[in-house]
Amino acid sequence: MDFWDWFIVVTKVLAVFLLLPVAPLALVLFERWTLGRLQSRIGPNRVGWRGSLQTAADGLKLGIKEDTIPAMADKGIFWFAPVMMVTPALAAWAVVPFGPPVDVGRTFGLWVADLNVGVLFFLAMGSLGVYGVVMSGWASNSKYAHLGALRSSAQIISYELVLGLGVLAVIVYSGSLSLVDIVNAQAGLWFIVPQFIGFLLFLIAAVGETNRAPLDLPEAETELVAGFHVEYSGMRWAFFFMAEYANILLMSAIAATLFLGGWHGWTIPGLEAISGVGWFVLKTGLFVFAFFLFRAALPRFRYDQLMNFCWKILIPIGALNLLAAAALRMAWS
Amino acid sequence: MPDNIETHLAFWYLAAASVAASLLMVSVRNPVHSAISLVVVIFHVAGFFAILGSGFLAVAQIAIYAGAIVVLFLFTLMMLDLRHLPEERVTHRQLWLGIPLALLLAVEAVVIGAGTPEVRESIKGAFPPATVSELGGSAEALAVALFNDYTLPFLGASVMLTAATVGAIVLARRIEEHERADFPRQRAQTSAANGADSAAQAEQAAQAAQESPR
Amino acid sequence: MPSWVAVVLLFALAFLFAVGSLVGTMALKPRRKYRAKVTAYESGMEPIGDARGRHSIRFYLVAVTFLIFDVELLFFYPWALYFNMIDDRVSLFGVGAVFLAILATAFVYEWRKGALDWNR
Repeated sequence: MDFWDWFIVVTKVLAVFLLLPVAPLALVLFERWTLGRLQSRIGPNRVGWRGSLQTAADGLKLGIKEDTIPAMADKGIFWFAPVMMVTPALAAWAVVPFGPPVDVGRTFGLWVADLNVGVLFFLAMGSLGVYGVVMSGWASNSKYAHLGALRSSAQIISYELVLGLGVLAVIVYSGSLSLVDIVNAQAGLWFIVPQFIGFLLFLIAAVGETNRAPLDLPEAETELVAGFHVEYSGMRWAFFFMAEYANILLMSAIAATLFLGGWHGWTIPGLEAISGVGWFVLKTGLFVFAFFLFRAALPRFRYDQLMNFCWKILIPIGALNLLAAAALRMAWS
Repeated sequence: MPDNIETHLAFWYLAAASVAASLLMVSVRNPVHSAISLVVVIFHVAGFFAILGSGFLAVAQIAIYAGAIVVLFLFTLMMLDLRHLPEERVTHRQLWLGIPLALLLAVEAVVIGAGTPEVRESIKGAFPPATVSELGGSAEALAVALFNDYTLPFLGASVMLTAATVGAIVLARRIEEHERADFPRQRAQTSAANGADSAAQAEQAAQAAQESPR
Repeated sequence: MPSWVAVVLLFALAFLFAVGSLVGTMALKPRRKYRAKVTAYESGMEPIGDARGRHSIRFYLVAVTFLIFDVELLFFYPWALYFNMIDDRVSLFGVGAVFLAILATAFVYEWRKGALDWNR
């Protein structure tokens, strides 16, 4: 590796890294506007142009708020849990392909790293997200937090299996674990067409993994107050919030990459890179919007319904779908 | 392992950090802290796999060991009342097993490290880096090995996983029955521990325990 | 290798960002503690006992089952990859189907024993 290789790597890492704290702020604002519209109310409209600085102001406020640590808590783990929540949510972005390779004297791809086990890396980072939940719940030493953490982590690991089954069905077609290869394999046909069931499984699992409505049992205000992060305040609380939105964005980006062909779409000649990134952002935005719509439109599940739905319906369907995908792949070739 | 300066630096960092985290893991008192240190160890071991060119094992290490096994440990710890655990020091029995094992590993490391080129060649296995990159990656290499030479062990793995499931259920059912019989009494204990003013409550719960033995 | 360097770099940056902003905002915060503020939230009551009591064995069962099926899924990644590397796919399909069938017996056993029921 010479100087320019290092320069490109470091620039890409920094670009993605700088995007990450900003993206959740924009996402929260977008969600509040959407929800406002859907519920026939105004939504944020005070700070900045039409309220566009609202979430930035919220973030600033949280940064200067006191954050207490409960007296009975395990202080070290309580302090560290938000870090464990945010780090994997941001690190997983390393394997997301944002756009096609570009050629400016030197060819490089618009992604941080094209690992040949990219999908697995994404899943591994997702499974690390459980630690933030378990650690915060255990460290808080509060009954709500404790129960919330147990429920939430049981939910996350259960839906992780469904997520894996959805991903596997794609790999039967792509023949590679690298996300860049998976996107390239969709040049002709997006995987949503042969793998519509896999797509639905992935989408449901993504909602379950991110603890979003209608599967947002851990946060059920009426019974668990706020679940595992009930004792958190200030900046540490903001981190849980940030991790949630970073994960929504991540899940949307991966869904767009796995099933909607990533950067593929009609391109303007000469501007392949820009239109590619545009398509990727558009497709990701579609899923983000779906997340918001689910929250606005669907009532919350009960916890036993949630777990039974996962174990008795989704996982058997996912396993059968995997075999069906393989059979279809055999017939196809 | 590629022979360049970055890899060597990475190796020594990983070695130092994983040894330090392992020592922390066995020396801290609180089992939850111990489990968290174990996650750090697992992370660094995954790093070894990555610099050895097996990305699949590195990621699998994180997904399975950190993402599932230690989570199971933490779940179990969360369900126990840690304050009432008996304090145990390292027993002699564990030492008798531990010291010979450590010595054996040390001897092995020396034999490999100081061995002749033939010895080193013999441990490289069927998939040297050139073959792996030719196949497209470590996951592909694993696929070739698994479905050509090790198909039967692959199916054996599923039998073992099935056995593990059955074992877990049998154990859990036993605990569950125990728990059902035990629950009112446990409640009586906790409320009794909360001081004299809830003594009446405790009595009530104890009565309930006697009335319904199941 | 360079791709792993980038991954590690992003991971380290994310970690440092998280720790750094928690430490960095410490100086900005007021610190006025009193007893009611640092007790655990329990709907305005004094917390009763310790939260870390015993919990339902269900959660343990979910974690064990998850572990088993997660390992199973991991075996299927090479399987799915190998599907695209060879021409004789029928026998490979058979191997995968047998693997799943054996595990399905475990799944059915679990179902029959009620380990998957939450509302019991």
